[in-house]
Amino acid sequence: MPEPFVNLTAVAAPLEMSNVDTDQILPARYLRRPRDERYATYGFHDLRFTPEGAKRDDFLLNRAPFDRAAILVAQRNFGVGSSREAAVYALLAMGVRCVVAESFGDIFFNNSLKNGLLPVRLPEAACADLRAQLLARPGADISVDLEAGTLTAPDGTVHGFAIPPFARDCLLRGLDEIGLTMTLMHEIEAFEAMRSGQTG
Amino acid sequence: MPRTLFEKIWDAHVVHRRDDGLCLLYVDRHYFHEGSFHAFNMLRARGLKVRRPDLSFGFGDHYAPTRARDTAAIADPEIRGIIQTFESNARAAGIRAFELADAQQGIVHVAGPELGLTLPGMTVVCGDSHTSSHGALGALAFGIGASEVAHVFATQTIWQSMPRQIRVTFDGALPQGASAKDMALALIAEIGTGGALGGAIEFAGAAVRALSVEGRLTLCNMAIEAGARTGMVAPDAVTQAWLAGRPFATPVDIAGLRSDDDAAFAAEVRLDAGRIGPMATWGTSPEEAVPLSARVPKPEEAPDEARRRAWRRSLEYMGLQGGERLADVKVDRVFLGSCTNARLEDLRAAASVLKGRRIAVPMLVSPGSSGVKRAAEAEGLDRIFTEAGASWEESACSLCVSMNGDSVGEGERCASTSNRNFVGRQGRGARTHLVSPASAAAAAVTGRLVSAESV
Repeated sequence: MPEPFVNLTAVAAPLEMSNVDTDQILPARYLRRPRDERYATYGFHDLRFTPEGAKRDDFLLNRAPFDRAAILVAQRNFGVGSSREAAVYALLAMGVRCVVAESFGDIFFNNSLKNGLLPVRLPEAACADLRAQLLARPGADISVDLEAGTLTAPDGTVHGFAIPPFARDCLLRGLDEIGLTMTLMHEIEAFEAMRSGQTG
Repeated sequence: MPRTLFEKIWDAHVVHRRDDGLCLLYVDRHYFHEGSFHAFNMLRARGLKVRRPDLSFGFGDHYAPTRARDTAAIADPEIRGIIQTFESNARAAGIRAFELADAQQGIVHVAGPELGLTLPGMTVVCGDSHTSSHGALGALAFGIGASEVAHVFATQTIWQSMPRQIRVTFDGALPQGASAKDMALALIAEIGTGGALGGAIEFAGAAVRALSVEGRLTLCNMAIEAGARTGMVAPDAVTQAWLAGRPFATPVDIAGLRSDDDAAFAAEVRLDAGRIGPMATWGTSPEEAVPLSARVPKPEEAPDEARRRAWRRSLEYMGLQGGERLADVKVDRVFLGSCTNARLEDLRAAASVLKGRRIAVPMLVSPGSSGVKRAAEAEGLDRIFTEAGASWEESACSLCVSMNGDSVGEGERCASTSNRNFVGRQGRGARTHLVSPASAAAAAVTGRLVSAESV
């Protein structure tokens, strides 16, 4: 079951990168690992660590105060590529609960919603403005209110965002879809009966 | 009301429609691979069973060793363990899984269609983004995440919102030497990796109709790299002929499985296939692709500041300056394989270039399925590859995703028939250039990024 997501006020980090693919979020060699706390070190692994295992200072998320960011603000096409849900597990293990971007990879967007990670789509200019504020005031908070569908920038600017209603309800209540779909089992069975009647 | 092919298949599978438009769709075919362990764990945690084990099929591909078929002999305990977990999960659930030593084993997006498990009009899902491939048969097919895999196992359904409808038309005829892979790369270079974001592409036009099913599978496979949820091609006589006699195929009436003449598409893209030549990527995104006859672009030629920065990063990672001719770029190795380009037609295209020649750099050939491997050996393709000096191995995802122990070394440059040239995709620090099978063979012979015609 995902943790409920209602609202969040937290340190946010700007990621000046577009097309952050899920191979960068979680390199494929970690996909064989069971889901546990080690996912915190797998997240963005090759951007955060040198091949020898040393921390790379040139990666923003390695530097205070951004190393405790729970919100990331990226550019376009965050989470494109592979369907690996474990990319979401890695972000959550790192403490990230919300990613703001101009657009998201389709499957990543769905995977996030199902695991209590909020993907917020905002226009290019809004994302750029947020990143600029976060760079100018390192450690500044962003506030996200899912119920109201609003995101408040460090300077107080309020941006509205939309989450598909069903996913939003599930997030707010920490429900997963399997339980809800189970209540429709009679309709699934009726569909199967109708189809076997057609073909038989 | 006129409908697209996508909408027709969608409508035929709606179990429940919410007021907000979200639909619960019935899933006709569910494929899974070793990565399914998360989903099986979720089922166990909730005490749920697989509801319709007869509609799911498993394929061991992502971790399958390229050089062995014996699970017990795999040296890496993690890789051995994940394959054993896949096999034991499938057995416990009563699901047919094509394990390593199975004669019908293969990459799910190659072997599934080859066995006739994907049919026109079906809904098809799999916990793998390249599930879009199956749209080549006229199915509605898309990749899903682990939570959704668990949902499908438990309910045989999936919640979906209707994507926007996009039609990509390739007019005219492909020139000699160009292939479906080149069409895909030309499209992505044109519209970008976000060009079809959240959309469903229907591929149409004379050049698409002229493609074999293998070529259509390649094209639909790469739809995801343009951001699309799926790609599809309306089934026709080519599809029917290809499916006939396949082990799991049953006859399908394809009449009506096409978009109505006046169906509405939210976006239309048209490309002239006659102007598409052999392509290659130069950067770290599939949209960073140009004709093999061209030069690597310079950052200052980028259309905007964001792309200028992205191109600089790509060039730096790829060890390129910008401005050099692709034909002068030297490669260290070549990979012919993956769900994009490892079908019999792909192997034939590469073999026709290699015949009677020797390779200049190492080349790994991993057929898309064990069935493709046998068929290729039956017509002597394996000998052409081995006599040229290439390694002829078993079917696996292999160097497309580097999860089975195969990898390209740090800083090494690989011409690859796979689908993603992402940073680190073929191994940490590995540099990938996506090309067609014929161009991969040409790269192997010359050690440079050239087209087959210039060999």
